[in-house]
Amino acid sequence: MAPPSSRRSGFSKKAQYSVFTGYLLATLGALVGLGLLALSLWQPQAFAPLRGAAQDVVSPAGRAAALTRSGSGGVWDTITAYWNAGQQNAELREEVEIARIRLAEAEAVAAENERLRALLALAEGEIMPVATTRLIGSSATSSRRFAYIGAGRVDGVEVGMPVRSARGVVGRVLEVARASSRILLLTDSESVLPVRRASDNTVAFAEGRGDGFLRIRLINLGLNPLEEGDVLVTSGAGGYYRPGVAVAVLTELTPDGGIARLVADPSATDFVSVEPIYEPVAVGASLTPQTERISADEEQSAAPGAAD
Amino acid sequence: MERLSPSARSDRYGSRINREQSPWRALSVPYLTIMVASLLPFLVLADVLPLIPPLGFLMFLGWRIMRPGLLPLWAGVPLGAFDDLYSGQPFGSAVLLWSIAMIVLELIEARFPWRGFWQDWFTAGLGASLYILIAMLVSGAPFTPEMLVTILPQIILAILLYPFTAQLIAGLDRFRLSRSRRVG
Repeated sequence: MAPPSSRRSGFSKKAQYSVFTGYLLATLGALVGLGLLALSLWQPQAFAPLRGAAQDVVSPAGRAAALTRSGSGGVWDTITAYWNAGQQNAELREEVEIARIRLAEAEAVAAENERLRALLALAEGEIMPVATTRLIGSSATSSRRFAYIGAGRVDGVEVGMPVRSARGVVGRVLEVARASSRILLLTDSESVLPVRRASDNTVAFAEGRGDGFLRIRLINLGLNPLEEGDVLVTSGAGGYYRPGVAVAVLTELTPDGGIARLVADPSATDFVSVEPIYEPVAVGASLTPQTERISADEEQSAAPGAAD
Repeated sequence: MERLSPSARSDRYGSRINREQSPWRALSVPYLTIMVASLLPFLVLADVLPLIPPLGFLMFLGWRIMRPGLLPLWAGVPLGAFDDLYSGQPFGSAVLLWSIAMIVLELIEARFPWRGFWQDWFTAGLGASLYILIAMLVSGAPFTPEMLVTILPQIILAILLYPFTAQLIAGLDRFRLSRSRRVG
Protein backbone atom coordinates (compact mmCIF):
# COMPACT_ATOMS: atom_id res chain seq x y z
CA MET A 1 0.00 0.00 0.00
CA ALA A 2 1.34 3.41 -0.90
CA PRO A 3 1.64 6.00 1.84
CA PRO A 4 -1.35 8.35 1.92
CA SER A 5 -0.75 11.48 -0.13
CA SER A 6 -1.41 13.62 2.94
CA ARG A 7 1.97 12.50 4.25
CA ARG A 8 3.88 14.00 1.34
CA SER A 9 5.04 17.39 2.47
CA GLY A 10 5.36 19.02 -0.97
CA PHE A 11 5.91 22.76 -0.85
CA SER A 12 3.94 23.31 2.39
CA LYS A 13 6.26 24.71 5.02
CA LYS A 14 3.95 23.46 7.79
CA ALA A 15 3.97 19.89 6.47
CA GLN A 16 7.74 20.02 6.01
CA TYR A 17 8.24 21.17 9.59
CA SER A 18 5.96 18.45 10.98
CA VAL A 19 7.87 15.74 9.07
CA PHE A 20 11.12 17.20 10.36
CA THR A 21 9.79 17.28 13.95
CA GLY A 22 8.72 13.65 13.66
CA TYR A 23 12.23 12.60 12.62
CA LEU A 24 13.74 14.74 15.36
CA LEU A 25 11.54 13.24 18.08
CA ALA A 26 12.17 9.68 16.87
CA THR A 27 15.94 10.28 16.85
CA LEU A 28 15.79 11.81 20.33
CA GLY A 29 13.73 8.80 21.46
CA ALA A 30 16.36 6.43 20.09
CA LEU A 31 19.09 8.38 21.91
CA VAL A 32 17.09 8.32 25.16
CA GLY A 33 16.67 4.56 24.66
CA LEU A 34 20.42 4.18 24.15
CA GLY A 35 21.06 6.10 27.37
CA LEU A 36 18.54 4.04 29.34
CA LEU A 37 20.01 0.83 27.92
CA ALA A 38 23.54 1.83 28.90
CA LEU A 39 22.32 2.78 32.38
CA SER A 40 20.49 -0.50 32.91
CA LEU A 41 23.43 -2.56 31.63
CA TRP A 42 25.73 -0.65 33.99
CA GLN A 43 23.34 -0.75 36.99
CA PRO A 44 20.94 -3.67 36.39
CA GLN A 45 18.93 -2.83 39.51
CA ALA A 46 18.31 0.79 38.48
CA PHE A 47 14.82 0.18 37.10
CA ALA A 48 13.81 -2.52 39.57
CA PRO A 49 11.07 -0.42 41.28
CA LEU A 50 9.49 0.46 37.93
CA ARG A 51 9.56 -3.14 36.73
CA GLY A 52 8.33 -4.33 40.13
CA ALA A 53 5.28 -2.09 40.04
CA ALA A 54 4.48 -3.25 36.49
CA GLN A 55 4.95 -6.87 37.57
CA ASP A 56 2.59 -6.42 40.52
CA VAL A 57 -0.10 -5.08 38.18
CA VAL A 58 -0.16 -8.18 35.99
CA SER A 59 0.55 -10.78 38.66
CA PRO A 60 -3.18 -11.61 39.15
CA ALA A 61 -3.35 -12.46 35.43
CA GLY A 62 -0.17 -14.50 35.90
CA ARG A 63 -1.75 -16.44 38.75
CA ALA A 64 -4.80 -17.22 36.63
CA ALA A 65 -2.51 -18.33 33.79
CA ALA A 66 -0.56 -20.55 36.20
CA LEU A 67 -3.78 -22.22 37.33
CA THR A 68 -4.81 -22.86 33.72
CA ARG A 69 -1.34 -24.11 32.91
CA SER A 70 -1.29 -26.66 35.71
CA GLY A 71 -4.81 -27.78 34.76
CA SER A 72 -4.07 -28.20 31.06
CA GLY A 73 -0.72 -29.81 31.82
CA GLY A 74 -2.58 -32.42 33.85
CA VAL A 75 -4.97 -33.19 30.99
CA TRP A 76 -2.12 -33.58 28.52
CA ASP A 77 -0.21 -35.84 30.92
CA THR A 78 -3.27 -38.04 31.36
CA ILE A 79 -3.68 -38.49 27.61
CA THR A 80 0.01 -39.28 27.16
CA ALA A 81 -0.15 -41.75 30.02
CA TYR A 82 -2.98 -43.68 28.29
CA TRP A 83 -1.03 -43.76 25.07
CA ASN A 84 2.07 -45.33 26.61
CA ALA A 85 0.35 -47.43 29.27
CA GLY A 86 1.45 -50.95 28.19
CA GLN A 87 5.11 -50.21 27.62
CA GLN A 88 5.26 -48.09 30.75
CA ASN A 89 3.81 -50.87 32.86
CA ALA A 90 6.64 -53.24 32.02
CA GLU A 91 9.26 -50.55 32.52
CA LEU A 92 7.79 -49.50 35.85
CA ARG A 93 7.69 -53.09 37.10
CA GLU A 94 11.38 -53.41 36.42
CA GLU A 95 12.07 -50.05 38.04
CA VAL A 96 10.14 -50.96 41.18
CA GLU A 97 12.30 -54.06 41.61
CA ILE A 98 15.46 -51.97 41.45
CA ALA A 99 13.94 -49.29 43.65
CA ARG A 100 13.17 -51.85 46.36
CA ILE A 101 16.81 -52.87 46.46
CA ARG A 102 17.95 -49.26 46.53
CA LEU A 103 15.46 -48.49 49.28
CA ALA A 104 16.95 -51.17 51.48
CA GLU A 105 20.39 -49.73 50.82
CA ALA A 106 19.15 -46.26 51.61
CA GLU A 107 17.70 -47.42 54.90
CA ALA A 108 21.09 -48.76 55.86
CA VAL A 109 22.72 -45.49 54.90
CA ALA A 110 20.10 -43.52 56.84
CA ALA A 111 20.71 -45.58 59.91
CA GLU A 112 24.44 -45.05 59.66
CA ASN A 113 23.85 -41.35 59.02
CA GLU A 114 21.76 -41.12 62.17
CA ARG A 115 24.48 -42.82 64.20
CA LEU A 116 27.24 -40.56 62.87
CA ARG A 117 25.12 -37.47 63.40
CA ALA A 118 24.45 -38.51 66.97
CA LEU A 119 28.21 -38.88 67.40
CA LEU A 120 28.71 -35.34 66.16
CA ALA A 121 25.77 -34.07 68.24
CA LEU A 122 24.47 -32.14 65.24
CA ALA A 123 20.93 -30.89 65.50
CA GLU A 124 19.29 -31.03 62.08
CA GLY A 125 17.10 -27.96 61.95
CA GLU A 126 14.26 -28.23 59.48
CA ILE A 127 14.31 -25.20 57.16
CA MET A 128 10.92 -23.57 56.97
CA PRO A 129 10.18 -21.93 53.61
CA VAL A 130 9.56 -18.18 53.64
CA ALA A 131 6.75 -18.49 51.14
CA THR A 132 5.18 -21.12 48.92
CA THR A 133 3.83 -19.84 45.64
CA ARG A 134 3.41 -20.45 41.93
CA LEU A 135 5.57 -19.40 39.01
CA ILE A 136 3.39 -16.75 37.36
CA GLY A 137 5.41 -15.87 34.30
CA SER A 138 8.74 -15.74 32.56
CA SER A 139 10.74 -13.77 30.04
CA ALA A 140 9.63 -15.95 27.15
CA THR A 141 10.92 -13.69 24.36
CA SER A 142 14.26 -12.58 25.80
CA SER A 143 17.56 -14.42 25.69
CA ARG A 144 17.80 -13.99 29.44
CA ARG A 145 16.05 -16.60 31.57
CA PHE A 146 13.99 -14.91 34.27
CA ALA A 147 10.84 -16.16 35.93
CA TYR A 148 8.34 -14.36 38.13
CA ILE A 149 6.77 -15.73 41.30
CA GLY A 150 3.63 -14.57 43.06
CA ALA A 151 5.22 -13.72 46.42
CA GLY A 152 7.00 -10.50 47.28
CA ARG A 153 8.03 -8.12 50.02
CA VAL A 154 4.76 -8.52 51.95
CA ASP A 155 5.43 -12.27 52.18
CA GLY A 156 8.94 -11.71 53.53
CA VAL A 157 10.83 -12.52 50.34
CA GLU A 158 14.25 -10.85 50.10
CA VAL A 159 16.88 -10.52 47.40
CA GLY A 160 19.20 -13.52 47.17
CA MET A 161 16.86 -16.13 48.64
CA PRO A 162 16.97 -19.51 46.91
CA VAL A 163 13.83 -20.76 45.14
CA ARG A 164 13.24 -24.48 44.85
CA SER A 165 10.56 -26.89 43.77
CA ALA A 166 9.86 -30.33 45.19
CA ARG A 167 12.45 -31.78 42.79
CA GLY A 168 15.34 -29.40 43.24
CA VAL A 169 16.77 -25.90 42.86
CA VAL A 170 14.95 -23.56 40.44
CA GLY A 171 16.83 -20.31 40.91
CA ARG A 172 17.46 -17.31 43.10
CA VAL A 173 15.46 -14.16 43.87
CA LEU A 174 16.86 -11.20 41.93
CA GLU A 175 14.37 -8.39 42.48
CA VAL A 176 11.54 -8.09 44.97
CA ALA A 177 8.36 -6.11 44.36
CA ARG A 178 5.40 -5.74 46.70
CA ALA A 179 3.52 -8.92 45.80
CA SER A 180 5.75 -10.55 43.20
CA SER A 181 9.44 -11.19 42.63
CA ARG A 182 11.74 -11.77 39.71
CA ILE A 183 14.00 -14.81 39.93
CA LEU A 184 17.13 -15.73 38.01
CA LEU A 185 16.71 -19.27 36.71
CA LEU A 186 19.67 -21.65 36.80
CA THR A 187 19.68 -21.84 32.99
CA ASP A 188 20.39 -18.12 32.61
CA SER A 189 23.88 -17.47 31.32
CA GLU A 190 24.66 -15.16 34.28
CA SER A 191 23.79 -17.80 36.88
CA VAL A 192 26.60 -19.59 38.73
CA LEU A 193 25.95 -22.18 41.41
CA PRO A 194 28.52 -24.09 43.48
CA VAL A 195 27.75 -27.83 43.31
CA ARG A 196 29.28 -31.16 44.26
CA ARG A 197 28.77 -34.69 43.03
CA ALA A 198 26.17 -36.43 45.17
CA SER A 199 28.26 -39.56 45.63
CA ASP A 200 31.51 -37.91 46.75
CA ASN A 201 32.99 -34.47 47.28
CA THR A 202 34.03 -33.54 43.74
CA VAL A 203 33.25 -29.81 43.75
CA ALA A 204 32.40 -27.75 40.68
CA PHE A 205 30.52 -24.71 39.44
CA ALA A 206 27.29 -25.11 37.50
CA GLU A 207 27.01 -22.23 35.04
CA GLY A 208 23.94 -21.62 32.93
CA ARG A 209 24.52 -21.70 29.17
CA GLY A 210 21.36 -19.91 28.13
CA ASP A 211 20.13 -22.88 26.09
CA GLY A 212 18.61 -25.00 28.86
CA PHE A 213 21.79 -26.85 29.83
CA LEU A 214 24.29 -26.22 32.59
CA ARG A 215 28.02 -26.23 32.04
CA ILE A 216 29.79 -28.01 34.90
CA ARG A 217 33.29 -26.67 35.53
CA LEU A 218 35.42 -28.65 37.95
CA ILE A 219 37.37 -26.61 40.48
CA ASN A 220 40.25 -29.11 40.69
CA LEU A 221 41.41 -29.60 37.13
CA GLY A 222 43.23 -32.75 36.16
CA LEU A 223 41.71 -36.07 35.29
CA ASN A 224 37.98 -35.61 34.90
CA PRO A 225 36.38 -37.94 37.48
CA LEU A 226 32.80 -37.26 36.34
CA GLU A 227 30.69 -39.81 34.52
CA GLU A 228 27.50 -39.52 32.53
CA GLY A 229 24.47 -39.88 34.80
CA ASP A 230 26.15 -38.39 37.86
CA VAL A 231 23.77 -36.37 40.03
CA LEU A 232 25.00 -32.97 41.16
CA VAL A 233 23.72 -31.37 44.34
CA THR A 234 24.30 -27.96 45.92
CA SER A 235 27.48 -27.83 47.98
CA GLY A 236 26.41 -24.98 50.24
CA ALA A 237 29.49 -22.92 49.38
CA GLY A 238 28.80 -19.21 49.13
CA GLY A 239 26.07 -19.44 51.75
CA TYR A 240 22.98 -18.92 49.56
CA TYR A 241 21.76 -22.48 49.09
CA ARG A 242 21.62 -25.14 51.73
CA PRO A 243 23.76 -28.17 50.83
CA GLY A 244 22.40 -31.38 49.40
CA VAL A 245 19.58 -30.14 47.13
CA ALA A 246 19.49 -31.80 43.71
CA VAL A 247 20.51 -29.55 40.82
CA ALA A 248 21.32 -31.43 37.63
CA VAL A 249 22.20 -34.75 35.97
CA LEU A 250 25.34 -34.98 33.85
CA THR A 251 24.62 -35.86 30.22
CA GLU A 252 27.88 -35.20 28.41
CA LEU A 253 31.55 -35.01 29.36
CA THR A 254 33.94 -32.22 28.41
CA PRO A 255 37.68 -31.88 29.26
CA ASP A 256 36.98 -29.53 32.19
CA GLY A 257 33.77 -31.04 33.49
CA GLY A 258 30.61 -31.67 31.57
CA ILE A 259 27.21 -30.60 30.35
CA ALA A 260 24.28 -31.28 32.65
CA ARG A 261 20.51 -31.24 32.40
CA LEU A 262 18.33 -29.61 35.07
CA VAL A 263 16.53 -31.81 37.58
CA ALA A 264 13.83 -29.28 38.45
CA ASP A 265 12.23 -28.23 35.18
CA PRO A 266 10.49 -24.96 36.13
CA SER A 267 7.79 -25.36 33.49
CA ALA A 268 6.89 -28.78 34.88
CA THR A 269 6.64 -27.61 38.48
CA ASP A 270 3.43 -26.47 40.05
CA PHE A 271 4.48 -24.84 43.29
CA VAL A 272 7.83 -23.43 44.33
CA SER A 273 9.01 -22.47 47.78
CA VAL A 274 11.26 -19.56 48.66
CA GLU A 275 13.75 -20.52 51.35
CA PRO A 276 15.72 -18.23 53.63
CA ILE A 277 19.37 -17.62 52.78
CA TYR A 278 21.24 -20.56 54.27
CA GLU A 279 24.19 -18.73 55.85
CA PRO A 280 23.63 -14.94 55.81
CA VAL A 281 26.96 -14.49 57.63
CA ALA A 282 28.85 -16.28 54.90
CA VAL A 283 27.09 -14.22 52.23
CA GLY A 284 28.04 -11.02 54.04
CA ALA A 285 31.65 -12.14 54.41
CA SER A 286 31.96 -13.03 50.74
CA LEU A 287 30.86 -9.61 49.52
CA THR A 288 33.57 -7.76 47.67
CA PRO A 289 34.27 -4.16 48.72
CA GLN A 290 32.57 -2.98 45.53
CA THR A 291 29.25 -4.64 46.37
CA GLU A 292 29.56 -3.62 50.00
CA ARG A 293 29.63 -0.01 48.99
CA ILE A 294 26.54 -0.49 46.87
CA SER A 295 24.78 -2.32 49.68
CA ALA A 296 25.60 0.50 52.06
CA ASP A 297 23.90 2.85 49.62
CA GLU A 298 20.83 0.80 48.91
CA GLU A 299 20.64 -1.27 52.06
CA GLN A 300 19.57 -4.29 50.04
CA SER A 301 22.45 -5.07 47.77
CA ALA A 302 22.29 -6.79 44.45
CA ALA A 303 22.92 -10.47 44.96
CA PRO A 304 26.44 -11.10 43.73
CA GLY A 305 27.32 -14.23 41.78
CA ALA A 306 27.67 -17.12 44.18
CA ALA A 307 31.13 -17.70 42.78
CA ASP A 308 32.70 -14.91 44.77
CA MET B 1 -44.30 5.64 -6.03
CA GLU B 2 -43.02 2.24 -5.12
CA ARG B 3 -41.17 2.08 -1.79
CA LEU B 4 -37.65 0.66 -1.56
CA SER B 5 -37.07 -2.42 0.56
CA PRO B 6 -35.91 -1.32 4.08
CA SER B 7 -32.74 -3.41 3.77
CA ALA B 8 -31.70 -2.02 0.41
CA ARG B 9 -29.53 0.72 1.83
CA SER B 10 -28.01 -1.21 4.75
CA ASP B 11 -25.23 -3.69 5.31
CA ARG B 12 -24.53 -5.95 8.27
CA TYR B 13 -23.75 -2.93 10.47
CA GLY B 14 -27.12 -1.37 9.74
CA SER B 15 -27.93 1.66 7.65
CA ARG B 16 -25.12 2.79 5.39
CA ILE B 17 -25.82 6.46 5.67
CA ASN B 18 -25.55 8.84 8.63
CA ARG B 19 -23.02 6.67 10.38
CA GLU B 20 -19.64 7.54 11.84
CA GLN B 21 -16.76 5.65 13.43
CA SER B 22 -15.84 6.15 17.07
CA PRO B 23 -12.77 8.42 17.30
CA TRP B 24 -11.64 6.81 20.57
CA ARG B 25 -11.69 3.34 19.10
CA ALA B 26 -10.07 4.46 15.86
CA LEU B 27 -7.08 5.91 17.73
CA SER B 28 -6.66 3.50 20.63
CA VAL B 29 -6.92 0.07 19.00
CA PRO B 30 -3.35 -0.01 17.55
CA TYR B 31 -1.77 1.03 20.85
CA LEU B 32 -3.87 -1.32 22.97
CA THR B 33 -3.27 -4.34 20.73
CA ILE B 34 0.50 -3.71 20.68
CA MET B 35 0.53 -3.46 24.48
CA VAL B 36 -1.48 -6.67 24.88
CA ALA B 37 0.90 -8.42 22.48
CA SER B 38 3.85 -7.19 24.60
CA LEU B 39 2.20 -8.57 27.70
CA LEU B 40 1.24 -12.02 26.37
CA PRO B 41 4.73 -13.68 26.43
CA PHE B 42 5.03 -12.73 30.13
CA LEU B 43 2.30 -15.25 30.94
CA VAL B 44 4.04 -18.14 29.12
CA LEU B 45 6.52 -20.17 31.12
CA ALA B 46 9.65 -20.67 29.02
CA ASP B 47 12.46 -21.92 31.22
CA VAL B 48 14.79 -23.46 28.65
CA LEU B 49 14.73 -21.42 25.46
CA PRO B 50 13.34 -18.06 24.39
CA LEU B 51 10.39 -19.78 22.74
CA ILE B 52 7.97 -17.02 21.84
CA PRO B 53 8.84 -14.52 19.12
CA PRO B 54 8.63 -10.89 20.29
CA LEU B 55 4.90 -10.54 19.72
CA GLY B 56 4.80 -6.89 20.74
CA PHE B 57 7.39 -5.94 18.14
CA LEU B 58 5.70 -8.05 15.45
CA MET B 59 2.40 -6.29 16.13
CA PHE B 60 4.15 -2.92 16.10
CA LEU B 61 5.83 -3.72 12.77
CA GLY B 62 2.56 -5.01 11.37
CA TRP B 63 0.59 -1.86 12.22
CA ARG B 64 3.40 0.32 10.89
CA ILE B 65 3.69 -1.58 7.62
CA MET B 66 -0.03 -2.05 6.97
CA ARG B 67 -1.22 1.40 8.07
CA PRO B 68 1.65 3.81 7.41
CA GLY B 69 1.16 7.16 9.08
CA LEU B 70 -1.19 5.88 11.76
CA LEU B 71 1.52 5.59 14.41
CA PRO B 72 3.62 8.75 14.76
CA LEU B 73 7.34 8.41 14.15
CA TRP B 74 8.10 8.62 17.87
CA ALA B 75 5.58 5.90 18.87
CA GLY B 76 8.45 3.48 19.52
CA VAL B 77 9.40 5.34 22.70
CA PRO B 78 6.27 4.85 24.87
CA LEU B 79 5.37 1.47 23.39
CA GLY B 80 8.97 0.22 23.66
CA ALA B 81 9.16 1.37 27.28
CA PHE B 82 6.02 -0.62 28.06
CA ASP B 83 7.49 -3.68 26.32
CA ASP B 84 10.72 -3.35 28.32
CA LEU B 85 8.81 -3.58 31.60
CA TYR B 86 7.70 -7.13 30.81
CA SER B 87 10.18 -8.57 28.34
CA GLY B 88 13.08 -9.28 30.71
CA GLN B 89 15.43 -7.26 28.52
CA PRO B 90 17.40 -4.45 30.16
CA PHE B 91 15.21 -1.33 30.29
CA GLY B 92 15.78 0.83 27.24
CA SER B 93 16.55 -1.87 24.68
CA ALA B 94 13.08 -1.81 23.12
CA VAL B 95 12.91 2.01 23.36
CA LEU B 96 16.08 2.15 21.26
CA LEU B 97 15.31 -0.67 18.82
CA TRP B 98 11.66 0.25 18.19
CA SER B 99 12.58 3.89 17.53
CA ILE B 100 15.27 2.82 15.09
CA ALA B 101 12.80 0.46 13.41
CA MET B 102 10.37 3.37 12.91
CA ILE B 103 13.04 5.56 11.30
CA VAL B 104 14.32 2.74 9.08
CA LEU B 105 10.81 1.83 7.90
CA GLU B 106 10.15 5.49 7.10
CA LEU B 107 13.30 5.59 4.96
CA ILE B 108 12.40 2.33 3.22
CA GLU B 109 8.95 3.73 2.49
CA ALA B 110 10.40 6.91 0.99
CA ARG B 111 12.48 4.71 -1.32
CA PHE B 112 9.76 2.18 -2.26
CA PRO B 113 6.39 3.93 -1.93
CA TRP B 114 4.41 1.16 -3.61
CA ARG B 115 4.59 -2.19 -1.89
CA GLY B 116 2.80 -5.54 -1.91
CA PHE B 117 2.23 -8.30 0.57
CA TRP B 118 5.34 -10.28 -0.34
CA GLN B 119 7.60 -7.29 0.02
CA ASP B 120 5.95 -6.43 3.35
CA TRP B 121 6.57 -9.97 4.52
CA PHE B 122 10.21 -9.69 3.47
CA THR B 123 10.62 -6.38 5.31
CA ALA B 124 8.89 -7.64 8.46
CA GLY B 125 10.82 -10.94 8.44
CA LEU B 126 14.16 -9.20 8.03
CA GLY B 127 13.21 -6.61 10.66
CA ALA B 128 12.11 -9.23 13.19
CA SER B 129 15.24 -11.36 12.62
CA LEU B 130 17.55 -8.40 13.09
CA TYR B 131 15.55 -7.31 16.14
CA ILE B 132 15.86 -10.73 17.82
CA LEU B 133 19.59 -10.89 17.05
CA ILE B 134 20.35 -7.38 18.35
CA ALA B 135 18.09 -7.86 21.39
CA MET B 136 20.17 -10.94 22.24
CA LEU B 137 23.40 -8.98 21.90
CA VAL B 138 22.21 -6.19 24.24
CA SER B 139 20.45 -8.50 26.73
CA GLY B 140 23.36 -8.27 29.17
CA ALA B 141 24.28 -11.94 28.83
CA PRO B 142 27.74 -12.87 27.51
CA PHE B 143 27.58 -13.88 23.87
CA THR B 144 28.20 -17.59 23.22
CA PRO B 145 27.66 -19.74 20.09
CA GLU B 146 24.97 -21.70 21.97
CA MET B 147 22.85 -18.58 22.34
CA LEU B 148 22.94 -18.11 18.57
CA VAL B 149 21.42 -21.58 18.19
CA THR B 150 18.72 -20.88 20.77
CA ILE B 151 17.34 -17.85 18.90
CA LEU B 152 17.00 -19.75 15.59
CA PRO B 153 13.57 -21.27 16.35
CA GLN B 154 12.43 -17.86 17.57
CA ILE B 155 13.51 -16.20 14.31
CA ILE B 156 11.81 -18.87 12.18
CA LEU B 157 8.58 -18.56 14.18
CA ALA B 158 8.68 -14.77 13.91
CA ILE B 159 9.01 -14.94 10.11
CA LEU B 160 6.25 -17.53 9.75
CA LEU B 161 3.95 -15.52 12.00
CA TYR B 162 3.80 -12.43 9.77
CA PRO B 163 0.88 -13.56 7.54
CA PHE B 164 -1.19 -14.34 10.63
CA THR B 165 -0.27 -11.01 12.20
CA ALA B 166 -1.23 -9.27 8.96
CA GLN B 167 -4.58 -11.08 8.93
CA LEU B 168 -5.18 -10.18 12.57
CA ILE B 169 -4.31 -6.54 11.99
CA ALA B 170 -6.60 -6.38 8.98
CA GLY B 171 -9.45 -7.67 11.16
CA LEU B 172 -8.58 -5.23 13.95
CA ASP B 173 -8.43 -2.41 11.44
CA ARG B 174 -11.96 -3.27 10.25
CA PHE B 175 -13.12 -3.21 13.86
CA ARG B 176 -11.27 0.06 14.45
CA LEU B 177 -13.04 1.83 11.61
CA SER B 178 -16.43 0.16 11.83
CA ARG B 179 -19.30 2.61 12.19
CA SER B 180 -20.52 3.07 15.71
CA ARG B 181 -22.57 6.26 15.78
CA ARG B 182 -25.55 7.58 13.92
CA VAL B 183 -25.12 11.17 12.88
CA GLY B 184 -28.15 13.44 13.04
